[in-house]
Amino acid sequence: MNIHEYQAKAVLAKYGVAVPQGSVAFTVEEAVEAAKALGGKAVVKAQIHAGGRGKAGGVKLAKSLDEVKAHASELLGKVLVTHQTGPTGKVVKRLLIEQLTDIKKEYYIGVVLDRASGRVVMMASAEGGMEIEEVAAKTPEKIFRETVDPATGLNPYQARNLAFSIGIPNELVNKAVKFMTALYHAFVDKDCSIAEINPLVETGDGQIMALDAKLNFDDNALYRHPEIQELRDLDEEDPKETEASKFGLSYIALDGNIGCMVNGAGLAMATMDTIKYYGGEPANFLDVGGGASEEKVTEAFKIILSDSKVKGILVNIFGGIMKCDIIANGVVAAARQIGLDKPLVVRLEGTNVELGKKILNESGLNIVAADSLADAAQKMVALV
Amino acid sequence: MSILVNKNTRVITQGITGSQGLFHTKQAIEYGTQMVGGVTPGKGGSTVEGIPVFNTVIEAVRETGANASVIYVPPAFAADAIMEAVDAELDLVICITEGIPVLDMVKVKRFMEGRHTRLIGPNCPGVITPGECKIGIMPGYIHTPGKVGVVSRSGTLTYEAVYQLTVRDIGQSTAVGIGGDPVNGTNFIDVLKMFEADPDTEAVIMIGEIGGTAEEQAAEFVRDHMTKPVVGFIAGATAPPGRRMGHAGAIISGGSGTAESKIKTMESCGIRVAPTPSEMGSTLYSVLEEKGLLERCKIKR
Repeated sequence: MNIHEYQAKAVLAKYGVAVPQGSVAFTVEEAVEAAKALGGKAVVKAQIHAGGRGKAGGVKLAKSLDEVKAHASELLGKVLVTHQTGPTGKVVKRLLIEQLTDIKKEYYIGVVLDRASGRVVMMASAEGGMEIEEVAAKTPEKIFRETVDPATGLNPYQARNLAFSIGIPNELVNKAVKFMTALYHAFVDKDCSIAEINPLVETGDGQIMALDAKLNFDDNALYRHPEIQELRDLDEEDPKETEASKFGLSYIALDGNIGCMVNGAGLAMATMDTIKYYGGEPANFLDVGGGASEEKVTEAFKIILSDSKVKGILVNIFGGIMKCDIIANGVVAAARQIGLDKPLVVRLEGTNVELGKKILNESGLNIVAADSLADAAQKMVALV
Repeated sequence: MSILVNKNTRVITQGITGSQGLFHTKQAIEYGTQMVGGVTPGKGGSTVEGIPVFNTVIEAVRETGANASVIYVPPAFAADAIMEAVDAELDLVICITEGIPVLDMVKVKRFMEGRHTRLIGPNCPGVITPGECKIGIMPGYIHTPGKVGVVSRSGTLTYEAVYQLTVRDIGQSTAVGIGGDPVNGTNFIDVLKMFEADPDTEAVIMIGEIGGTAEEQAAEFVRDHMTKPVVGFIAGATAPPGRRMGHAGAIISGGSGTAESKIKTMESCGIRVAPTPSEMGSTLYSVLEEKGLLERCKIKR
């Protein structure tokens, strides 16, 4: 799960991570009030769940309350298109009004899970403000890493190693160590999957602080962080994905016109790949999971069909423990209930497959049966 | 022969009185797996399906002589269940549970250092040596005893591969689901090593997906250390970057972990990669034919 920058800064501040003063504004009036509290000058920052806001014109400096008002009026309701939002962009509904910071130098600090070692790694670079992926690709030697033993947490010497490596001035190293230690604590305590401070800044008056902050959280751990769940912003999510998550369905909207319903994440991805291989475009990823009940199948159909781009649906089920006849009954019932009027190709394999195919054939519905995933994909592509 | 499990494996179920644990324990007994006990804290002293239930793993091991455990406990308690099994010095722990917080698994991995237990999973279908021992949620009947090893990050794709082999009269030595989480107990290389050392495995199918670099590392291992042919498939060529595709570990982040880079590395390391999942079986079949292994791998009916 993602949260906004202003929320991330509030979470981090509780752990002692230094952040600039600021507050969120949903209206122009709130923005002006917030700027007054900061002495009239402020940075007006668009809050959307995507990076690249600065380049897209979503971050503006205001030297007066009038300028705050002008920038806030312009940004609120504006569609920001950054390299991370996709071409449709995202509507700005919240602003962070923040104190102006006297930036002397910019750095980068990130905390991630390293899959190869199965441990948390803190990364640092003197190339602040740049995309870390770009730095990693072009100048990997400029990124320094410390792998953290979960039994000890981030040790002070590791934080010092990073601070000295990226050239933090000697007199500020202790502040940087404090910053990194607090950041690591926040990461572990809140079950983050990514914590990125880009840029980390050294200010003219000798402070080390997070000018920007991005936190992602491990969805599997949200059950133990109700305070983080409250920060979820449904405006930032596809409503179809939100709806799917209520029914325990794993759904991701894509750009094509062939709706997919599959059991198992790997098979769901492989189904999308096969559709593409035969010249079609998948409209979604959808994993109904192991226990595909009639209710789940019906909800899955509804969600797939709520996407107006969908011209046909491909169902691919490998019935293991879940028997094919039960799935076939679910598909037939769901198709009837919804009054499905688009081509439906069904590929069933596994336990009780013959019975399942018989149920589909005798349903009187216009269902095209397929023998393999390749067969199903070819038939579907021909129909849309 | 086979790897990891066989007819002598003695298995306990952790979470045996839950609906999942109970259902799959019954299925395993039906398949012929030696299910010798179960653990549910607080339900010790009772029996389920004719097998004794214990309060703790250590007690279950002492009383039954179990050497393997399968875990079906809910995600919030699964990391603790794994560590309990590791502390009881079981040889093999298979964790089926999906949705364990990743930082819990970071702790589990640290806890396991220096101990001899092998963990398979979490978030995996389990391990099966056809005709001998089934531990996990895979449908037993699609498998046939034979000589091809299967290792995969995905459950249903494993079934797909196994099924394609069985209908071509190619049996399997052992099928191992290593799971779809970013931090797991056993990786591709661990399993490939075992298949390479197993005299009754002649070839291997390795099924990967987007996210991380485990497939690339495995491919280099195949190139440098394997004499047996390996056929591959990677799911997720059409997955958009930055989105978690069902499995916690299936995500392209920062431009790494794409299907394209995995397939490229695998092919350059001598692994034949099936272009679509429907062709995993046929790709392996033709490789066996080319290498003159087909007759040895065909089931005599």
